[in-house]
Amino acid sequence: MTTPGFVLIASVGVLYSCGFYLLLQRSLMRVVFGILMLGHAANVSLLLTDEAITLPPLLSGGSGEMSDPLPHAMALTAIVITFGVTTFLLALAYRVWLGDENDEVPDDVEDRRISKLTEPEEPS
Amino acid sequence: MNALLAVPLVVPLLGAAITLLMRRTPRSQQVTATISLAAVVVDAALLLWHTWDGAVVVSQAGGWAAPLGITLVADPMAALLVLVSSVVLLVVLLYAIGQDIGGLSRAMPQVFHPIYLVLTAGVCLSFIAGDLFNLFVGFEIMLTASYALITQAPTRARVRASMIYTVVSLTSSILFLTGIALVYALTGTVNMADIAGKLGAAPPELRMVLALMFFVVFGIKAAIVPMHFWLPDSYPVALTRISAIFAALLTKVAVYAIIRTQTLLFVRDDVTSVLLWVAIATMIVGILGALVQDDVNRVMAFALVSHIGFMIFGLGLNTVAGLAGVIIYLVHHIVVQATLFLVNGLMRQYVGHTSLRAIRGLTTVSPALAVFFFLPALSLAGLPPMSGFIAKTALFQAAVTAEGGWLVGLGLAVGVLTSLLTLIAIFRIWTRAYWGTPLPDMVEARERLRSGPNTSGLRIMTAMTGVMVATGVAVAVAAGPLAQVSFTAAVDLLDGGAYVEAVLGRGSG
Repeated sequence: MTTPGFVLIASVGVLYSCGFYLLLQRSLMRVVFGILMLGHAANVSLLLTDEAITLPPLLSGGSGEMSDPLPHAMALTAIVITFGVTTFLLALAYRVWLGDENDEVPDDVEDRRISKLTEPEEPS
Repeated sequence: MNALLAVPLVVPLLGAAITLLMRRTPRSQQVTATISLAAVVVDAALLLWHTWDGAVVVSQAGGWAAPLGITLVADPMAALLVLVSSVVLLVVLLYAIGQDIGGLSRAMPQVFHPIYLVLTAGVCLSFIAGDLFNLFVGFEIMLTASYALITQAPTRARVRASMIYTVVSLTSSILFLTGIALVYALTGTVNMADIAGKLGAAPPELRMVLALMFFVVFGIKAAIVPMHFWLPDSYPVALTRISAIFAALLTKVAVYAIIRTQTLLFVRDDVTSVLLWVAIATMIVGILGALVQDDVNRVMAFALVSHIGFMIFGLGLNTVAGLAGVIIYLVHHIVVQATLFLVNGLMRQYVGHTSLRAIRGLTTVSPALAVFFFLPALSLAGLPPMSGFIAKTALFQAAVTAEGGWLVGLGLAVGVLTSLLTLIAIFRIWTRAYWGTPLPDMVEARERLRSGPNTSGLRIMTAMTGVMVATGVAVAVAAGPLAQVSFTAAVDLLDGGAYVEAVLGRGSG
């Protein structure tokens, strides 16, 4: 295993774990950052599929060896998609904040119903 | 042949571009959108005609041979699903146009039409994509359009619900991308027919990990238990026309992807016990959720989760009869689920909300509405002679003949129980909302609606709901040919040879 390969693998691991950790937070901003990190993790793992990742893509100064261009193409497509959707998510998070002045993810509707059932009734 | 496969993708996208330019003229937007979708319907019918005997239609985009180029494939199952989806999309579009003409919706029609057409392109591409990465792109086109659609007429509740919906879908998309990376690392290709040949040589442990990974990815999108929590919180919040399309199509596209990957890529020849367990849990958890809801749309959302379980059950049987049952069930459920949401939309027009607590006597308010609800509702519960009965019979027959021991028996029992519980959920809505003396404000609301300045909108909406109900009845009437093509499709799916040969054979020759 070459050094860049190891560094990439390690960073994929870190990105996935941080991404999922942030995804499970209550604050929507952190959730957005979690999605961002997960997107990066997926893109880097796409690049990792090529063993010759250290070689230049397409042209390589006449030696004839080059890295596989397909993962690059797929990662590019995926970057465009995650970029666009992240922008949309940021706009949504902003709208939520404008509406409620907090960006916490609310409890599940069913959870709220159940907790309402267990609340002691107001003395009438 | 090439043009047939390109139309469901290119025409809606072109239509989206044109409708985007026509923002200032709503009438021409409506006409363009309708023509684009009608073209897709005609094209899908032609595709089905070409694949009727089990043939597989293939198009190599740009002349690049598989597995290098982009391959579009239509086997009988894909063609059938494109046809049914485009019919439902067209009818819901006309319903939405009626709503806009009547001025009965707070949606922005100028934005709705382009995004709706993009969604159509995404759904069709997902069905006919021949490689995993295009399946991903198809899903993303569809989902990105759905993110925008779910926030139409934004309220605070809607923005919050759409945030959760977007995050959950996006997480599963990223896992999907990771899965593609793993498959590519293992086989060096993303073409599904090519992977099918190469994955057989991979270590069984790796194959199992990949199979589970793809099952989780599509399972989140299909809302199978235990990954269903997002659906009942997000779908019912959206505008009715949008939740109708989401409930009818988005989860079914994911079910299609599960079927495609599990039958083509991860071939096995016995009963898949994981799928059966998941199916049993999905059926029972979903319907128990539906029984305690107070909102008609939420009842339908939970019933939707529950009925996804039936499809996974049929897939888990891993027999031709089981898969044929799943395909019939898919067709039936797409139509019926869309109909029920459209009926709820009409109900919202009459009453102003969908909460069961404050609706009485809808039968008196609008007898047509009662009929429109009753027929698809009985079909959902699986009573004869509706399409649901045919779909469930096909599935249960497959289960009886399958060799799977007690687990299949348990699934069968839970399936029958779920059908009965669905009937209870349906009758809860019926007795609460449709029977009884209408509340005074409901009669007033009806008179206001009927004497409004523009009643043609409401008439179009009612007519389109009627068309959907009739389509549901037509599915039952056409059960013979439907069963025939489903069996052809199921044989194709389980065999896989025709698919692989059609994709690779013609390309390498």
